[in-house]
Amino acid sequence: MTQFSPTHRNAVSYIDKSREFYLNKGFGNPYRWATHTEAPITHLKKPLADCTVTIVTTSAPNEEGGSNRKIWSAPSDAIPEELFTHHLSWHKTATHTDDLGSFLPLAHLQSAAENGRIGAVGRNFYGIPTTFSQRQTKTKDAPAVLDQVHRDQVDVAILIPL
Amino acid sequence: MSLVSRHLESNGIPTVVFGSARDIVEQCGVARFVFSDFPLGNPTGKPWDTEMQKTILEIGFDLLENARYPRTTVQTPFVWETADDVSWRRSYMEIKKQSD
Repeated sequence: MTQFSPTHRNAVSYIDKSREFYLNKGFGNPYRWATHTEAPITHLKKPLADCTVTIVTTSAPNEEGGSNRKIWSAPSDAIPEELFTHHLSWHKTATHTDDLGSFLPLAHLQSAAENGRIGAVGRNFYGIPTTFSQRQTKTKDAPAVLDQVHRDQVDVAILIPL
Repeated sequence: MSLVSRHLESNGIPTVVFGSARDIVEQCGVARFVFSDFPLGNPTGKPWDTEMQKTILEIGFDLLENARYPRTTVQTPFVWETADDVSWRRSYMEIKKQSD
């Protein structure tokens, strides 16, 4: 069952795959991915066991939410049985999203709060739309998440794109 | 999502990104990244494997506590492939060759 080649890079390049896929379909002008040479970092200001932690997902609450593509939030203590993901570009022939724990581990986060690994779970978790517009993400969606984080007094955000 | 991470980090909120599109996240540049070499869709562990999911989450906690520099990536030790399925790397957005 060996599948890892020591003569090739093994991690899939989605930048390369999507560019070649759309070029092959006749779409020129490939998507220009966000690219930076530096990255900001904020270190924990207190022990993780004292921090309120929340999750941000790219999934949607339902099919309508998948179409609306707006930021959304829901209470963390009412874990949904399922979320809408069909509008996202996950690998639909290789896997599924029937288990929330595989992309939105709210239950595991609650366990971590109960056993003291983190201080608490934020009162809400948040969803953001995926969009080709980096301007929208930078000027609208990301600031909206920051506002929610401040409103809910969250210390740490776990970000999980599908 | 990587852009959201950068915005939060720039405004005093520590973050960790869990994902399976290594090149997209690393090219954007985030503070902390937990990479699982899986097909897109299950960045926090295989479906129904709660032990794996908890372990991956813990790797993120550890990274939050211990990453000294931005752009710190940790690859989880898990392998997706099974004897029945070794094809997922090829099959995503596969360009089908037209037969003559």
